[in-house]
Amino acid sequence: MTGAAGTGAVGTASAGIPPAGTGPMLEVRDLHVQIASRRGLVRAVDGVSFEVVKGDALGIVGESGSGKSMTLRAILGVLPPEARITSGQVILDGQDLVPLRQSDLNRIRGPRISMIFQEPMSALNPVMRVGSQIAEGPLIHLGIGRAKAAERALELMRRVGIPDPERRYRAYPHEFSGGMRQRVMIAIALACEPEIILCDEPTTALDVTIQDQILRLLATLCRETGVSLVFVTHDLPVVAQVCQQVAVMYGGRLVESGPVREVLHDPRHPYTLGLVRSAPDFDNVRESLVPIPGSPPSLISPPEGCRFHPRCKFAEEDCLVTEPPLRLLPGGRATACLHHERCIEAIEAERAAQ
Amino acid sequence: MGRMSFVGRRLLQLVPVAVGVTIVVFFMIHLIPGDPALTILGIHATPQSIHELRQEWGLNRPLISQYWFFLDRLAHGNLGKSLIYGTPAATLIMQRLPPTLWLIVYAAVIAILISVPLAMIAATKKDGIRDQLVRAVPLLGLGMPTFWVGFLLLTLFGVTLRWFPVGGYGTGFFGHLHAMFLPALTVAIALAPVVIRSLRASMLSVLGADYITTARSKGVPGMRLFVRHVLRNAVIPAITVLGINIGFLIGGTVIIENVFSIPGIGELMINSIFQRDFPVVQGVTLVFAIMVVLVNLLADMTYASLDPRVSFDR
Repeated sequence: MTGAAGTGAVGTASAGIPPAGTGPMLEVRDLHVQIASRRGLVRAVDGVSFEVVKGDALGIVGESGSGKSMTLRAILGVLPPEARITSGQVILDGQDLVPLRQSDLNRIRGPRISMIFQEPMSALNPVMRVGSQIAEGPLIHLGIGRAKAAERALELMRRVGIPDPERRYRAYPHEFSGGMRQRVMIAIALACEPEIILCDEPTTALDVTIQDQILRLLATLCRETGVSLVFVTHDLPVVAQVCQQVAVMYGGRLVESGPVREVLHDPRHPYTLGLVRSAPDFDNVRESLVPIPGSPPSLISPPEGCRFHPRCKFAEEDCLVTEPPLRLLPGGRATACLHHERCIEAIEAERAAQ
Repeated sequence: MGRMSFVGRRLLQLVPVAVGVTIVVFFMIHLIPGDPALTILGIHATPQSIHELRQEWGLNRPLISQYWFFLDRLAHGNLGKSLIYGTPAATLIMQRLPPTLWLIVYAAVIAILISVPLAMIAATKKDGIRDQLVRAVPLLGLGMPTFWVGFLLLTLFGVTLRWFPVGGYGTGFFGHLHAMFLPALTVAIALAPVVIRSLRASMLSVLGADYITTARSKGVPGMRLFVRHVLRNAVIPAITVLGINIGFLIGGTVIIENVFSIPGIGELMINSIFQRDFPVVQGVTLVFAIMVVLVNLLADMTYASLDPRVSFDR
């Protein structure tokens, strides 16, 4: 996504979504997910907490392997077989989903919470007609007949902007383009009018122009239906375009959170600062791209102390030993950096230089 | 339209195969050293009968024109007369064909009924005890010779328990179903292990597919998830494996039909070999070859109709 497209849409998206409602719709408390691998136990999600307010969109940002996708899958209870939730709570409207059995979760997935995946190429059943895949959810959950469910699928296809739905209903996924397939995925996610939709990098696999269309569609649907979103991505402009709140993940942990504009303009964690600097032309803050040195930490044996310290230029001795907690800051923000004031200094110095 | 021309094209591709088979069948007689007429009729043949056979088969002519003569007769559905019964070989084969077809279809159905649940059990608990059992035990079926399995089943369920007849084809649909159960099971025991393994592998890959996570994320309950999303995708690669192995087992029916005294073409084949009834042996060989090719054609068509991504136009 280019900076121009991203920043251009910030205003429209955030202005369009209604202000935050009352109380958290979804609350994740101290979530831990472990994956058994040949080389050892991977602590993919290591004590993550956040909440999503009704009608709001929360962006979760981080590099590949930071635990973003695993967090989403854990919320929905669709972890791969080798992964499991070891502790923590996922509270949807007051109910903890973690202890539920799959059969109970099946009554919640679809009508109350649903998910959109990264790869629209592989996320649709190749041997099932597109219309039937959209109609399947309503058929199972809404207690309506085949004909009514098909009608509903057609209506959803129209709503997500699939042209000629009557003809496309009987087509198979391979007959659709990537963007159209992602529209189908959105229709599937919307089919039973859930309260919250988890989006796992829904635009990463798409062309830039299509990305923008899909993001605008999601923002519009959010506004119209009041559905909450959790939007996982590594693309900062996308977060700015769609979300009100953002949480930054690093090495299976949350390192910073707060309102999108504040966090992306004035990061309070060196990792967020690095992310902003390595994203091209974000709000013209600076001209040159600065990559973050080093590579993401091993989640089998993560570094002692702050997990970011080996790559952090602000790191001091206490960072090597103290595991920094996520501390609250004014303005609804939080950071897990012991020396977050160094970020302010760095940003000010940079702005002064320009 | 697309489907009909697909079948048409595949049937056309059968022609070179069929020609190849006729060449092999034709030269069967000529591969045996000496005078074919003498080979066929045996050492006690009279000069009169040898002369008649030479005339009938055109054995005095050059090899190429003999083959042409053979093809010409074949094109008219004439496989020659049985040397033993004096009736046309084609008639004999047609009479004996239904039990063999029954055996093959019945065995395939039983194999599928065994394989699908076992593969499912194995795939859903990968590397668990159930998976290990499902992977190990059917290998016994693969390892034991088919005739031996047949004898075991016959002794236990036919002779000792008397649940099933010890032989024959039965009468009427349910009669066939009853009488043919043990032989079909015998064939299925040889067929199932390969199908189970292939189904298990494809189910495992399907279970890890993104679209299964999609289906789970929309709350599709267990049984529906399995049938509509997992099985529907997993059977596609297994169909080809099933087709190829049924092809192999068509040859295997020769032995099974003898063990269970089923009046099929396999038994006809053995008897005709012992009686040196060459025209019938040639005819049965030809029919077997055509059946193998047709089974594969059927597998390809099933594959294509189950997978919308496969185009009939190619």
